[in-house]
Amino acid sequence: MSKDAILGAIRRGLKRGPLPADQRAMLDGRLATHPRHLIPARSRVPRPEQIALFIRNVEKEFGTVARVADAAEIPGAIADYLAAQNLAPRFVLAPHPELAALPWADKPLLEFEARRAEATDAVSVQHGYAAIAETGTLMLPSDATRPTTLNLLAETEVVVLRTSRIMGAYEEAWDTLRREGTDATTGGIGTPSTTRNVADGRPFMPRNVMLVTGPSRSADIEQTLELGAHGPRRLHIVLLDDDAADPPAQAPAAAPAQAAPAAATKAPTPKRGKARTGSTAPPEA
Amino acid sequence: MVQVTSPAFKQNAARALADAGLQKALGKAKGAFLQRRAEAVARLPEFEALRDIGRDIKNHTLANLDFYLETYAANVERAGGTVHWCSTADEARAAVLGICQRAGARTVTKGKSMISEEIAVNDHLEKHGIEPVETDLGEYIIQLRREHPSHIIAPAFHLNREDWEADFRRMHTDLDPNRVFNERRDILAEARTKLRSRFLAADVGITGANFLIAETGSSVIVTNEGNGDLTQTLPRVHIALASIEKVVPTLEDATSLLRLLARSATGQDFSVYTTFSTGARRPGDLDGPEEYHVVLIDNGRSNMIGSEFQDMLRCIRCAACMNHCPVYGATGGHAYGWVYPGPMGSVLTPSLVGIDKAALLPNASTFCGKCESVCPVKIPLPNLMRHWREREFERHLTPATVRRNLGLWAWFAKRPQAYRIATRLAVGALKLLGGRKGSFRSLPLAGGWTEGRDLPVPEGGTFMARYAQQQRKR
Ligand code: SF4
Repeated sequence: MSKDAILGAIRRGLKRGPLPADQRAMLDGRLATHPRHLIPARSRVPRPEQIALFIRNVEKEFGTVARVADAAEIPGAIADYLAAQNLAPRFVLAPHPELAALPWADKPLLEFEARRAEATDAVSVQHGYAAIAETGTLMLPSDATRPTTLNLLAETEVVVLRTSRIMGAYEEAWDTLRREGTDATTGGIGTPSTTRNVADGRPFMPRNVMLVTGPSRSADIEQTLELGAHGPRRLHIVLLDDDAADPPAQAPAAAPAQAAPAAATKAPTPKRGKARTGSTAPPEA
Repeated sequence: MVQVTSPAFKQNAARALADAGLQKALGKAKGAFLQRRAEAVARLPEFEALRDIGRDIKNHTLANLDFYLETYAANVERAGGTVHWCSTADEARAAVLGICQRAGARTVTKGKSMISEEIAVNDHLEKHGIEPVETDLGEYIIQLRREHPSHIIAPAFHLNREDWEADFRRMHTDLDPNRVFNERRDILAEARTKLRSRFLAADVGITGANFLIAETGSSVIVTNEGNGDLTQTLPRVHIALASIEKVVPTLEDATSLLRLLARSATGQDFSVYTTFSTGARRPGDLDGPEEYHVVLIDNGRSNMIGSEFQDMLRCIRCAACMNHCPVYGATGGHAYGWVYPGPMGSVLTPSLVGIDKAALLPNASTFCGKCESVCPVKIPLPNLMRHWREREFERHLTPATVRRNLGLWAWFAKRPQAYRIATRLAVGALKLLGGRKGSFRSLPLAGGWTEGRDLPVPEGGTFMARYAQQQRKR
């Protein structure tokens, strides 16, 4: 079998047989503790500066950011952005409970469906899981409430993100993912996910994790940068200030909205002041 | 395998030097890469320290490669994926074809993958009635032209805007022939529209992998266009092609290498899309492939383990070495005659296709050392090329005239008395022949050398004669 042939050739090259048990244990230990290496100093700064660094980096990479103080302002911020870009007020929305809970009824001109994206969608509104200040990067893991197609098919992608989810370095975002599974509503945890990571014996890696830094681009024509290759031409972030002094509540046990496709031309609009749902996971089941 | 034309490096290079279009494209592109990398490195004070870390992570992985590959494969399967271990390019092609045929595939979209070029999977699929569609913008035009990439991250490095326009007009015959391309953006927009329907229609998507992560069983792709993500998200089946040295232990290890990759490659702080794929669609997911396969390819790499060329397996394919190479800058990538050009290709190609077919490549170097000084994982490229030259000499692959002349030189070098007499005679003869002109336009027996430059007539005597003179004066 080729597997044995390949492993055999590697071991011959290394002049040894299969690793002895104690050395395997050592390597298993390294996987389980997944030690961090050097983390650049640029993101090791106080909170407000971290958020400013994130915004600066997004803008450097041709993304745009609008800040809102309250979740109730999000529909208005999206409506304003689409109007300013001369885009029709129509979009595909991530079927995430935190987004469904926004007061959409306040902006009756906005039309949306909560589902995966199709080729005909011009605008998508995605739920931002986390972000990395170091390079202005969004972390967008896939699950039933955050379809991957929303990051790819529309010409314009809007991501709703909370400031409390901005971290300094990628390593912090990985640890958050390890801690929370993918999401409170579906997560790797508690669902019949098949992922099992040998290192600590529990699942956490979603099927797809996209780290997105700015809108799509190509430099293949004469090594000159042009925006709008195959992915979104515009990437806009609506950033909700949720200060750390007011810690987010535990996520409700909302059902994943996977049955959404045909259902929602308008999502239900339970009006609440500050939407505090979703991204914080319950402790491991 | 892609046909190897490396034995014709000299002819290839001569043709490249005389190709005005190519020289224009090279001249335009080169400077941009160098400057952008330099700026990105300057923005990150920790860059040098990260290079040491990158080297150490890769060395640790290679020293335990069997363990990490087995762990990786086990985790892929836990996540519902399938790993196909392939020793050779033939096996890998067969594995890909088998998956496509079982899926009843008619068209296959493809993200950029150098290993896919290495195993020439496109030809194989076509032969069996399956149409492969390259979706990276650069790869797309290369496929239209039925060429091969000339650069590992910028496949169309050798083309000018006029080439793009002409090819698009020639191939996209369903569009208005009188349309105008005012800007590069118009070319990009046309490719986007053309490829969108292909993405949606494809039955299978094939991508490469920049990294494989043992801890989680994930494959990682890095792109700016988003074509790789469309390729692996929309079709029913995703195949990731990866060579065995792509594996790293953990997400943290991959992260440290990712901090080096984009900066070294395009001079970006981070690429637009860095995507981690782990298994197939999960219960509840609204999109994503239903099948996830990894074709894990050796194709000669395991033989490099434990050899003097093991260091080459650290390569993360950033292309910094070729961007900074004066030889690549003069000839472009096609002259190298196989998949991997530039300094990394000069070391890797002989390892993978055999030194007998690639003996000239390790000689296509000025030994300026720039490649090693920019390599993010500190591969001693000039040294490795030197090893190949030694092996080439040992195996009598060096041309007979070179061997004879080196032998002659060695005979004199070992006999200082004779050496001095011979050089004194030679200097005298050259002076006599060169006369007052001060240089030779051509010399008998050295036509190749004088074709591109003049040989100055020696001034004064030999070094030893002048040294002796100086000593006497003191
Ligand atoms: S050899 Fe080094 S510089 Fe060249 S492509 Fe590989 S990693 Fe980059």
